[in-house]
Amino acid sequence: MNLGPHADFIVAAYAVTVFVVAALVAWVVLDYSAQRRALGDLEERGVTRRSRRSGK
Amino acid sequence: MPVIDLANPTRFLKLVSRVLPWLAAVTVLLFIVGLVRAMNAPDDYQQGATVKIMYLHVPAAWLGMMGWGLMSAAALGTLVWRHPLADVAGKAAAPLGAAFTFICLVTGSLWGRPTWGTYWVWDARLTSMLVLLLLYLGVMALYWTAEDPGRGSRAAAILALVGAVNLPIIKFSVEWWNTLHQPASIFRMGGSAIDPSILWPLLIMAGAFTLLFFTLHLAAMRNEILRRRVRTMRMMQAQELAEAAS
Repeated sequence: MNLGPHADFIVAAYAVTVFVVAALVAWVVLDYSAQRRALGDLEERGVTRRSRRSGK
Repeated sequence: MPVIDLANPTRFLKLVSRVLPWLAAVTVLLFIVGLVRAMNAPDDYQQGATVKIMYLHVPAAWLGMMGWGLMSAAALGTLVWRHPLADVAGKAAAPLGAAFTFICLVTGSLWGRPTWGTYWVWDARLTSMLVLLLLYLGVMALYWTAEDPGRGSRAAAILALVGAVNLPIIKFSVEWWNTLHQPASIFRMGGSAIDPSILWPLLIMAGAFTLLFFTLHLAAMRNEILRRRVRTMRMMQAQELAEAAS
């Protein structure tokens, strides 16, 4: 595949896109594990949601 | 399961955990097909290989605008029906829309230099896209910095509705004003002006990016629901501790 005389611009565009998409995926995955950990910690300390207490 | 049941966050979380792996797998597959087709598509007769930037730039532009449309619909749900899941959907869409708008602006700039001879001009299309990015940042600031989350959500919803005025401005800017940016060439009266050998890879890439958006949006909504549960439980714990101390 020959990207021609403007290969740098094409490669840069793809690199920026991959970086931003990877950052979004990382944000979503890390945030999920952080929230799960926080919920686990609270439940370990005996804190439960009202809906759980009333058995709903 | 009736659709209305999805308005229940617990049921919504169950559905997300079932759907998300499949959605992610289809997204990856579509990206592989789209990228292979895009890399093997012929060069444009005028722009040469730089047309390959279009496979990123155009879907990112569509998703930047779609993200705001989604936020505006969610804003109606927040302000009119006061549904918490609508607020969750709006908040989760903001960083995604901002990211795709950013990709659109950067890839457009990198495409503009070899084709127009400049990275940036203050023409109506480029400027209205930049305004969209600034509006996204404003909405995110309202969501993330408000001391009272309810107040922040309502303010963000109002900004989302007001900012929707920018969507037709972006869309029709190339017709209303004299712009360096080309007019619509895909969805227009008389059919697409793009050769099918370039159009099909573009449509497949647009499909892949759209699925990516929805995959990330569902995942971000799940995170936001969990974050709100953590917040509620921490407040309950603090209340119980205060009651025990008094």
